[in-house]
Amino acid sequence: MNGALPFATTDVTRASRRRESAVRGLLGIVTALLILPLLAILGLLIRHGAPALTMDFLLTAPAAGMTAGGIFPTIVGTLWLVGVSLAVAAPIGVLAAIYLNEYAGDHWGTRIVNLAIVNLAGVPSIVHALFGVGAFVLFLHLGTSILSASLTLAIMTLPVIIASTKEALAAVPMSFRQACWVLGASRWQTIRHVVLPNSIQGILTGVILQVSRAAGETAPVMFTGAAFYLPFLPQSVHDQCMALSMHLFTLSTQVPGVPEALPYATALVLVGLVMSVNLTSIVLRSYLRSRRKW
Amino acid sequence: MVRPAAKIEIRGLSAAYGDRVVLEDVSLDVHEGEILAVIGPAGAGKTSLLNCINRMSDMIPGMKVEGSIRVDGREVRDFRDASDLRRRIGVVFPLPVGLPMSIFDNVAFAPRMGGMRDKKKLAELVERCLRQAALFDEVKDRLGDLGTRLSGGQQQRLTIARALSLNPEILCLDEFSIAVDPVTTMKIEEVIKELKQHMTIILVTNLVLQARRLGDRTALFLDGRLVEVGPTETIFSRQTADVRTFQYVQGLFG
Repeated sequence: MNGALPFATTDVTRASRRRESAVRGLLGIVTALLILPLLAILGLLIRHGAPALTMDFLLTAPAAGMTAGGIFPTIVGTLWLVGVSLAVAAPIGVLAAIYLNEYAGDHWGTRIVNLAIVNLAGVPSIVHALFGVGAFVLFLHLGTSILSASLTLAIMTLPVIIASTKEALAAVPMSFRQACWVLGASRWQTIRHVVLPNSIQGILTGVILQVSRAAGETAPVMFTGAAFYLPFLPQSVHDQCMALSMHLFTLSTQVPGVPEALPYATALVLVGLVMSVNLTSIVLRSYLRSRRKW
Repeated sequence: MVRPAAKIEIRGLSAAYGDRVVLEDVSLDVHEGEILAVIGPAGAGKTSLLNCINRMSDMIPGMKVEGSIRVDGREVRDFRDASDLRRRIGVVFPLPVGLPMSIFDNVAFAPRMGGMRDKKKLAELVERCLRQAALFDEVKDRLGDLGTRLSGGQQQRLTIARALSLNPEILCLDEFSIAVDPVTTMKIEEVIKELKQHMTIILVTNLVLQARRLGDRTALFLDGRLVEVGPTETIFSRQTADVRTFQYVQGLFG
């Protein structure tokens, strides 16, 4: 036996405790700093934009050469763009992800496809915009329209939807699939009855996050379907539309004599829309997680 | 005496994952209505053998299988749809896998996938399978509860009930007791003895004494090769054909 008691505090343990609290404090402060930009942005938008944010503002069209009136057509336009792009990208993305994760083996072909998806997700949105002009507006003769703009947004969001869906599918334990297969269930029966019901939360979360991304993007819709100003609401996907993001750009840079509150209020609506979509996804995820079955 | 035709005839079976050979030139018969115990240390190829018999090997990327396996005289690789084969072979894995659905739905899953819709028939079937697996009395009041929330031993019996749901002619149990307490293990062993009346059973086990208790015949595998197969009493006697069999069952290596 040496002299030290088994639970004694020594210089070494004291120093280790001090380091522990220093590291913990540093990490905490850095994390807290993350909230600052968000609070600053929201604060600024609310301070300058809130006074102009009335029901009238939300429900009327811009007037007097954009220097007065509201943003109703831009909200409608953004809903069109997001809705149509989602209707295209979500099914294609989810189906492709199911194929890649559940059917395609691991060989050079699928590796190339996976690499393409990762790279496509990293392409800047302005490049997607130019592709959209070339492919949809000109080559497919869809003109500048909601359809062209939505397809461009769909191309932009597709790789991320595929990636997040694949991740959600891969999170379902392999043992569930094997248990189904040995019972004579086909791959599709296994996917339909076991894999999809247990990955739907992750799939939806990924899709919804892309909705908010599509709502905020400006470049892809600017050249393909969003108009500077339209005196009427779009009637079909072949019409042009106005869009919140584009309108904000217009108000801020293209029109002289706009009262300061208008772009701020527009930005507030856009940010509010994006945040509420994200919030929906968080609520949905926690709801579905509470019903998780394993 | 006429020897009964083998339920499963394996001839010259070899299997590999990529370059790693897991089974080499295995020839083995499994007779109708017997319990064939398969023993051997980890990595001997016991599980791979099961994967070949029900063609789960198709689902394992990079797994290659050569040689012949006939079930009731029919070559398994000639089944156009492996599901038709798998529906006749029940399988229980080492770790219990309750599917993320209710206890009832776990057992009704395979019959439903096979097209059975009649609620009354399904209910009867589920009760019969749960009874056969010695689980019914413990869960009869909560068939709607999640199968994944049962204890490990109960989940393993649920897995057995599920494997019985298609009335298989062959039941493969792969080290079923590995994650199960001794009491449940003994319960399941009783179940297996009972099931022998109705089906052919391949019992892969890491417990040599379990093979001795249950096996009509016992096969020893080492490094992907079949060392010896014979009546269990022979395998556990001093008259083994191969000295390694004697050494293994005596626990001299493992």
